[in-house]
This record gives sequence, C-alpha cells and structure tokens, in this order.
Amino acid sequence: MTERILDVKNLRIDFHTYAGEVKAIRDVSFHLNKGETLAIVGESGSGKSVTTKSIMGLLANNAKVVSGSILYHDQDLLKKSEKEMQNIRGKDIAMIFQDPMTSLDPTMKIGQQIAEPLIKHKHLDKKKAWQQALEIMKLVGINDAEKRINNYPHQFSGGQRQRIVIAIALVCYPEVLIADEPTTALDVTIQAQILDLMKDLQSKIETSIIFITHDLGVVAGMADRVAVMYAGEIIEYGTVDEIFYNPQHPYTWGLLNSMPTLSSTKLEAIPGTPPDLLDPPKGDPFAARNPFAMKIDAEQKPPFFKVSETHYAATWLLHPNAPKVTPPDEIVRRWQLYRKMNNQTQVH
Amino acid sequence: MRKYLLKRVFYMVLTLFLVATITFFLMKLMPGTPYSNQQKMTQQQIQIMNQQYGLNKPIWQQYVIYIFGMLHGDLGTSFQFSNQPVSYLISSRIGASAQLGAQAMIFGVFFGIIIGSIAAINRNTWIDTTSTVVSIIGKSVPNFVLAVLLQYYIALKLGWFPIADWGGFSYTVLPTIALGVGPLAETARFVRTGMVDVLNSDYIELARAKGLSKFGIVYHHALRNSLIPLVTLIGPYTVALMTGSMVIENIFSIPGIGEQFVKSILVNDYPTIMGVTMLFSAGLVAIILLTDIVYGIIDPRIRLSGSEG
Repeated sequence: MTERILDVKNLRIDFHTYAGEVKAIRDVSFHLNKGETLAIVGESGSGKSVTTKSIMGLLANNAKVVSGSILYHDQDLLKKSEKEMQNIRGKDIAMIFQDPMTSLDPTMKIGQQIAEPLIKHKHLDKKKAWQQALEIMKLVGINDAEKRINNYPHQFSGGQRQRIVIAIALVCYPEVLIADEPTTALDVTIQAQILDLMKDLQSKIETSIIFITHDLGVVAGMADRVAVMYAGEIIEYGTVDEIFYNPQHPYTWGLLNSMPTLSSTKLEAIPGTPPDLLDPPKGDPFAARNPFAMKIDAEQKPPFFKVSETHYAATWLLHPNAPKVTPPDEIVRRWQLYRKMNNQTQVH
Repeated sequence: MRKYLLKRVFYMVLTLFLVATITFFLMKLMPGTPYSNQQKMTQQQIQIMNQQYGLNKPIWQQYVIYIFGMLHGDLGTSFQFSNQPVSYLISSRIGASAQLGAQAMIFGVFFGIIIGSIAAINRNTWIDTTSTVVSIIGKSVPNFVLAVLLQYYIALKLGWFPIADWGGFSYTVLPTIALGVGPLAETARFVRTGMVDVLNSDYIELARAKGLSKFGIVYHHALRNSLIPLVTLIGPYTVALMTGSMVIENIFSIPGIGEQFVKSILVNDYPTIMGVTMLFSAGLVAIILLTDIVYGIIDPRIRLSGSEG
C-alpha cells in the first residue's frame, strides 16, 4: 500500500453570511498518496478551492470548520494554531495561485519574493537565500535569471510570472503542492508550457500535487487520480483512466459529455444550475439536473458504491436494484474503449 | 531622467510666473489703498508716498517692475513696517512656521499610519470602529478648539508644557499636536482604506501561503503598497502647514508667517501679499515634483524614463 501523505476525513465547512450558514463543504473525504497528482475537478462554487484553503489554514474569517480532520504525517492540521501553521505553510505544504498577474507583490523585487520563504523557514541570510532563489529561477526556466532577479513583477509576462509563482512555491522543496487552477488565467500555449514544467519539477523535487481545475483536458494530462466535486461533496473518485473511461456518476457523464471531441458536431451542456448551499437538498445534490434521477435520489443521499479497489461513485444507479440506464453516446463509447483497454492488459 | 527633470523645472518656473501675474492683478482689483486706515494723511502726503512706492505709475509698469525685481531676488519693501524688505519679513518668520508645520506633519503622518494600519488589520471590529470615530472627531473638530482645550487642560491645569509663546522645543509640543491632529485623522483614513484593499489582494494571500507572520506580511508587503496613495496627500498638506497656520500661530503667540499674511491682506500690503503667495506657490510646485519622484521610488511600476521594461 502506498504511503498516504495527506488524509482528509469527513470535512465540513460552513460560511457565515448575512443570509445564513452556507454549507460549502459537506462531508468531504479524500487522501493524497506520496508522489502522485490528485486532480480535484468541479465547476465554480463546488468547493474545490475552499477544501484546499482549509488544508493551508487560509480560510476566510467567516468560514468555520464544523467537523472533520486533515491528517498530515498523523497530525491534524485543523487542530494546529496559526503560529504552527505558519511553520508548515510554504515549507511542507505550498500553494500556487490562479492569477499570476495579481499574485506577486508589485513593489518588491522578485528575488526577494522568492527568497522570503527561505529566510523564514530555512533561516538563511539574505545572500544565501538570493543564491538559492537564483537557482530555482533557472529551474523554472526564467532566462537571464542573474539579471532578472532584480526586476519587478510588471517587467515579466504572464507565463513568466506564473513560473515565478511556481518558483516561490517550490523553493523550500515542499512535500505537498496545491495548485489552484494554475493555468486558468494563461493562454493555451503558455498553459501547456506551465503544465510541462510542473510535471518536470514534480519528478525533480519529489512533491505530491493536489491539482484543482475545472478543465478536464488539463486533468487527463496531469493527474494520476481524480476526485469529482459537486455542490460541496465528492461524488466520484478513481484513477484518471477510471474517471475518463469508466465514469459512473451522471454528473461525471455530463462533464465528459460537455467536452469537445473530434467527432462532436455541437457542444453539450449540463442543463440547470447547482443547488443553493444555504439550504442543500437532502438527497443526491445532482438529482434536480440529472436526466437519470430516480425517486430515491430526491429523498436519500446515495452512499459510495465500490466500482473497483480505487474507484468509488456516489449514485443510486450503482445499487443492485437500480434499473439499467443507457448513458449518453459519448460515455458508451468511452466504456467500450475502457473494456478494450482492460482486455488488452489481461492478455499481456 | 535629466531631460525629464529639466522639463519639469521649466514648467515649474512657468507656473510660478503665471501665479505671480494672476495674483498681481487680482491684488490690484482689491478695494482700498495701503493708506485707507490712515485717514489723517493729506492728499499731498499720499501722493508723495505713492511716488515713493511707485504706486502712481500705470499698473502694467508696476507689474513689469515687480516681475523684474523678483527675477533679481528683490521682493520689494513692506508697507506695514518702515524699511523692512519683504524677504527679511518672510525669512525672519518662516522658521517658526516651517518647524511647527514639519513637526505637525511628522506627528500626524506617523501616528496616522499606525492607527490606520491597526484599523485595517482589525477591520470590522471595535478597534476599527474606534479608530473611525477618532478620525472623524480629529477631522471635524476645528484645530483652534483643540488648541484651547490643550492650553486649558495640559498647560494650565497640569502645567506640563508652556501655555504659549516661542522658546525651546517644549513650546512647540501643544501647537504641534493641535496642528497635527488634522493630518493624523486624514492619514489614518487614507491608510485604512488603502490597506483594506491591499490586504484583500492576491499577493497578500500568497505571502500568507509562504508562512510569513502577520506582522511580516503587513510590514514587508502591505504597508508599502498602501502608502502609495498617501504620498499624493502628504505633499501639498506639508506645504500648507509649513507656510503657516494663522489661527494656531495666533492662539499660541508664535511669531510665524501665517498671521503676517492675513494681516498684510487686510492692509493692502502688496509686496508682502505677493511675497508670501510666491513662497507658497514655489513650495507647492516643488513638492509636487518631489511627490512624483518619491512615487517612483515607492512604486517601481511608475518609475520615470530611464528604467527598463
């Protein structure tokens, strides 16, 4: 069994608003294995970012952890004080943010911005810290780093700035790297470069990555495992092949069906909007938008049904008594591919 | 950079010239003569005086003479005090005003930044509310009211500082506080607004993600970025305070220039009005240039030509 580096158990987070308590995270459990990349996929507001912010201890003031635990090396991060978290953040668990145009301090030289975590965590003096900053700048592919280390953020392009943000995150060689939609704000060619860089650095630095995205195309190329989030819950998780080629939850079907393929003539969309988390539905949260919904979906929350050792999905369709339904054509095509892949591996 | 500075200095001179021209003619439009309160003078005496001060010449000639004199550093002679050149009148009185203004600004800005920062860090708590109330009171209570209160309680009742007059540093404490509360309140509001914005920005979250302490984040990242808008406020404010505050100088019997300026307007002391106006304008245009340069130092994004990128 692989080593679990991070184990999130039964996490519940509420946000206090004037309208009431928004139940943003509702009983989320997942884990991160050493050296792997776990993608957390979901649409806006599904709770991806909140989940990761709770790992970093960076939740907004109006957020409240209701229950659950986040185990990191058998220590519950949720029980740590702010001071203790300061010693973990940036050193053991680091984060890459979404928008490189706004995540760097406009009035500080980037050398200092990269060196800061080293000065804080490794207690290096400024000169040594800058030396290591220079090395990491070269590692993330900033040309002419000796000169550029004295520049300010506005003197860099968006792609370069994201490289710097990555350099800041990796400068202390963290065990866990949380990437919160690191390519969303970049144009597509730069996206590919940044993703390549992250994969390359992962093997060099031996870090485990939680990759948050709403872009399934990015997931396919990056992740080992995938967790699909919807309305503050994880509704399906498995290896990247299992999610892409043997999806079981109708929401995952909808997501995959709305991806453009070579043969698709028009883009599908999932009708409707996610439920209001001020007053979440008591059954399957996706029921209202689900063309395959059954009566029980509205009444009772589905448990996780096991598909394989690594693959679980929370849908009543997997219940032994559930009627057989035919998913969209695109999903049937994927299922067939999956069966073919598995047959081949069995033959070998 | 040098080209830029030369250009700016040229515009400064042009501005001062325009100010001098406009003030000169506006001043001549004011009713009355310098002698209006000396009714015992005969017509002949007035004519002699006019001749002596060049006031019998056409206005345009007076203007040319004045500008010409100013270019040679001659600001004329005051009408109020016999044979006192305006330059001497100003230089003998500006010291007290400038010291008081500078002290008030340093006091106000320093504590304003601290109060504003603390309010922003603790926003929407009682600390924030308290600082807002203090700022509003500081801004809305006229400084002469505060001055009198300080005199009564601190000087008269407690006897900690002299009640008025101009001697050593201890004489400056109360007027400095009275004068500095305005900039203090204004600075606190400015810094609070700026810092609330900055503390919500992405780079502050990244700084937190680096594991920096709260103080480290505010000191290294938030402060500098939230001070940028303050620079625009401080410059002109400093000039206004350093060139003299009539009310405070009056209350504390300080031999400054503010009081003299108002008096000279009342008695149509043309050379003194011109001199003080020019001093104020020169200070203002100089401080605006300085502000732009300081801007570049604080914020690398608006660094002036000569920088790369």
